[in-house]
Amino acid sequence: MDTLLPIQDRGGPAQPLLLATGLRKHFPVAGGLLGRTTKVVRAVDDLTLSVAKGETLGVVGESGCGKSTVARLLIRLIKPDKGTMVLDGDPVDEPHGITVNELRRQVQMVFQDSYASLNPRLTIAETLAFAPRAHGLPAAEARERVRDLLSKVGLDPVNYATRYPHELSGGQRQRVNIARALALRPRLIILDEAVSALDKSVEAQVLNMLVDLKTELDLTYVFISHDLNVVQYLSDRVLVMYLGKIVELGPVEAIYGNPQHPYTRALLSARPSMDPRKRTHEAPIQGDPPNPIDPPSGCRFRTRCPFAEDVCARVEPPLTDAKFQAVACHMRVAGSGHSKAMAA
Amino acid sequence: MTNMLQVRDLHVTFVTPDRTVHAVNGVSFDLARGETLGILGESGSGKSVTLRSILRLHPEHRTRWSGSIKLEGDEILDMAPKALSDLRGQRVSMIFQEPATAFDPVFTIGQQIAETVRRHTGKSETDAMKRAKDLLEMVRIPSPAQRLKAYPHEMSGGMRQRAMIALALSCNPTLLLADEPTTALDATVQIQVLLLIRELQREFNLGVIFVTHDIGVAVEVSDRIGVMYAGKLVEMAPVERMVDAPQHPYSRGLLASTVHDGMRGQRLESIPGAPPDLAAVPDGCSFAPRCKFVRPDCTASIPSLREVEASHAVRCVLAA
Repeated sequence: MDTLLPIQDRGGPAQPLLLATGLRKHFPVAGGLLGRTTKVVRAVDDLTLSVAKGETLGVVGESGCGKSTVARLLIRLIKPDKGTMVLDGDPVDEPHGITVNELRRQVQMVFQDSYASLNPRLTIAETLAFAPRAHGLPAAEARERVRDLLSKVGLDPVNYATRYPHELSGGQRQRVNIARALALRPRLIILDEAVSALDKSVEAQVLNMLVDLKTELDLTYVFISHDLNVVQYLSDRVLVMYLGKIVELGPVEAIYGNPQHPYTRALLSARPSMDPRKRTHEAPIQGDPPNPIDPPSGCRFRTRCPFAEDVCARVEPPLTDAKFQAVACHMRVAGSGHSKAMAA
Repeated sequence: MTNMLQVRDLHVTFVTPDRTVHAVNGVSFDLARGETLGILGESGSGKSVTLRSILRLHPEHRTRWSGSIKLEGDEILDMAPKALSDLRGQRVSMIFQEPATAFDPVFTIGQQIAETVRRHTGKSETDAMKRAKDLLEMVRIPSPAQRLKAYPHEMSGGMRQRAMIALALSCNPTLLLADEPTTALDATVQIQVLLLIRELQREFNLGVIFVTHDIGVAVEVSDRIGVMYAGKLVEMAPVERMVDAPQHPYSRGLLASTVHDGMRGQRLESIPGAPPDLAAVPDGCSFAPRCKFVRPDCTASIPSLREVEASHAVRCVLAA
């Protein structure tokens, strides 16, 4: 019987907590006569990423870049078309590996909409006890767990346990969602725009709490957000996505201090300045991100890239295999044929 | 500069059978021609309600208001329906957060702009369509002649917001109201739209009121910033002053709790608690329950908005 004790580390600190290889998810778009599939949204295309134990991996990108699809794939809310996942040495959903249920015991998720992600007919205590009870925790212990969880997220159990979601503010509801994610003592939490809907003064409270919980419970985070400042604040490593592809990946200091991909640079300089004396005078790039249905050939960013050349349309740039800072741009590949690239 | 808009002691209350919500509780400010005022506040602060009151967009039968909103001398709160519909779109116009829902999905962008032009100027259909094309060109929509025939769903978010700006400026208004117009846009598109608004504001010498919850956005576009909390302006100052030396504890908390460059590893300063329920507004300063500097006189009476120096006003008993 599962007693819901914290799960012991198995592979040691050098083994990634989660390793996803070659993940692909294409969504068919029904259309045309008789609803035949005519087009495909290439939401995530051959994406490989690893999450180290104890780190916070930030994922940034604009709408339609596939960052939420990545989150859903990592917790198997949707099944990948292709690709494998390994959780601390155990392959997921494979004959000699762990089941999807066991994956979700160890990997939990917090969503953006704090209201839609709670059952309106369950009290906070019922919501928090649901998963532990389903995993066989006796009622008395589950009640104890609920009290403990509520205190962990800064809500007084006496006051909040019997309330319904609509009786809480947005910030309080998001604390409940975080408590629910912690209920099974997971090792990895995926935060998909978890603070984006909160007011700034409340966002700061929740961010402080996330930092504290991570240390206290020895957690690992995948933090997905469109807010570059919040990602910079929280992350150890940052992954930048554009139209279903990784364009750059590296330590937070490198990505923010020395971005290599033209898209990363544009994204960073599109941030409002916070200083009225240093206002932005020119937009770093023009236009909107293209539709992920039929993305551009070759480099998907080329249609908005100021440095695009013929080679960018012909050949898809590979993600360099540098351990430190990886980038997918022909200008960074020696001998790629781009005029700004080094000779081979 | 002369003041084109004067708002004095504006109160807006929404009455439903269940409850009464005091959304705006005594807001006063002036706006000069060619000036951009940023109104900054969190959800429920009354910033959008204040803005919509200028066009009287609230449902008449459920809204009670008092005070005064004067545009170039004309009292908007007393206007008859005919005068009001002449005002809307012609002298004052508005751009919204979600252009996808602000446009009618069954008409093309061109038809919708041309309709507005004809309603307010009486131009012929051909002339109105020509004007629509010029407007799309002005907001820098590529191949405007084709885009006139596009339906809203055929355009990207950034393109729709540009089209909305074109529609808003179609009848040469003097005052443009912007309600979080870039909040739904992606980062690289947001900055393009902000720059476009700033540029058009200068070109047409518009008065602009720009409501946002994003401090960075407010700093990028505003000449002056007003901070709202629980239906009141708690501080108003020129943008440099607001960023350098905010006085009200709420403004200071808001600026300090906003994550920006170089805060990594630091503990964020947060404001404890949550904004008050506007069905029951507290006596005295509405920020007092969350304020770390609270004193007995804070709850005794509502502090007045006092000038601490030229054009910098603060609603706090502690402000010198």
